Amino acid sequence: MKFTKEHEWVNVVDGMVTVGISDFAQKALGDVVSVELPKVGKTFKQGESMAIVDSMKASSDVYAPLSGNIAEVNNELVNHAQWVNESPYEKGWMVKIKIADSKEMDSLMDETAYNEFCAKQPAH
Amino acid sequence: MEDSAIQRTPFYEMHVQHRGRMVPFAGWEMPVQYEGIKAEHLAVRRSAGLFDVSHMGEVDVKGPQATAFVQNLITNNVHKIVQNQCLYSPMCYENAGIVDDLLVYKHDSEHYMLVINASNVEKDFSWMQKNNSVNAELKNISNETAQLAVQGPRALAILQTLTSANLESIKTFWFQMIELSGVRVLASRTGYTGEDGFELYFPPEHAKTVWNAIVNAGSSEGLQPTGLGARDSLRLEAGLMLYGNDIDENSTPFEAPLKWTVDLNTEFIGKKALQQNPPNKKLVGFELLEKAVARHGNPVVINGNEAGVVTSGGYSPLLEKSIGLAYVPVDHPETFQIRIRKEKDVEAKKCGYRFYKRKKKEIA
Repeated sequence: MKFTKEHEWVNVVDGMVTVGISDFAQKALGDVVSVELPKVGKTFKQGESMAIVDSMKASSDVYAPLSGNIAEVNNELVNHAQWVNESPYEKGWMVKIKIADSKEMDSLMDETAYNEFCAKQPAH
Repeated sequence: MEDSAIQRTPFYEMHVQHRGRMVPFAGWEMPVQYEGIKAEHLAVRRSAGLFDVSHMGEVDVKGPQATAFVQNLITNNVHKIVQNQCLYSPMCYENAGIVDDLLVYKHDSEHYMLVINASNVEKDFSWMQKNNSVNAELKNISNETAQLAVQGPRALAILQTLTSANLESIKTFWFQMIELSGVRVLASRTGYTGEDGFELYFPPEHAKTVWNAIVNAGSSEGLQPTGLGARDSLRLEAGLMLYGNDIDENSTPFEAPLKWTVDLNTEFIGKKALQQNPPNKKLVGFELLEKAVARHGNPVVINGNEAGVVTSGGYSPLLEKSIGLAYVPVDHPETFQIRIRKEKDVEAKKCGYRFYKRKKKEIA
């Protein structure tokens, strides 16, 4: 599993990546009450906003961790937004992206680097 | 405000102990949540919540002209209340824009306490001084006053274990000086959540005693320390105005749903403007018909044009819906869109601004 500085996680299997937000991110957001997901087939460039997570406090963008095409979305999340809090790495996955350029993977952090990155974030 | 100037309430230590997530708010370091906003919100609706509201401001008004001073200041009729009663009212500028909304506590006809919003303390106090031609004695006692709110259906029962005073005899919007855990407190049957409950005012040196007594008394009842996040979601569900969001210097009590707080049979600052100028807009409640959350500042779109603005928006944990308040033109349709982002308009349906009304207990 790899991570972005915007607190998305990605899991790569055969050119297809599953994306969600990290445990650190869900804790910072607090209670998630709705998730607004993109349509299948939509194309995003790395770093573009592709989804919205609404918590009790605020609405936050989820950015495309890698460029590509939305191949699948987790429609179950629409009615179970709390899964983002309860199971951020499993039931809380958001989209699967067919990636356009595997070289972009180099810009992501591994788990150790991400944990160090989080430790330097101001406490929420 | 700069960080160096940020203030802590006398309950700061208790917030840290309860693992409150501290954030800056109106110049104060306040807990936005402890366990989580949803859990705290529902605890208040089902049992009880304990809120530190010491950031609120208090002004003491004394002297033979105290009643005249208060009446000139507020749009409501201060003569409606007697000793030991509270009154909610806006206070307005000459143009009927709202300076702040406040609670008036009548100790007697020569002594009142005015409770004002944290973010407005300095502005309000100088407005009061400026409009004190009758020479009432005004004293800003905000820093000498700690305030807790205990709200929820179990609030009364929890507090009753800490005092010999008969709390049931303090009716809604009345107050009494009582002894609670050995501390003399002003207890009013008021709040900002739509639930039954009390607000307690006392000297800050007793902060720990009172907080701990309430936490201990409430632990078996499910009482939870509750942060500003749930305070906001609770008051929105109950349709209670938030100054700076739903009302401000650009809105009047007639544009906000506060007509019931205006008595045109009295004299007060802003009366002429209220009588002469018809409302320009109207505050309405709405619910979103799609999964999304509207936020303060989102435009309201009517027939393709931005014609209004969301003043408060959020998710109602009780109703499990996205709700909000918005100013719209006086003539407005029953449905409209909320522009929650640049390229995203969400369908909304107008509804009453009181999303939640508690069922009143039958009291003999």
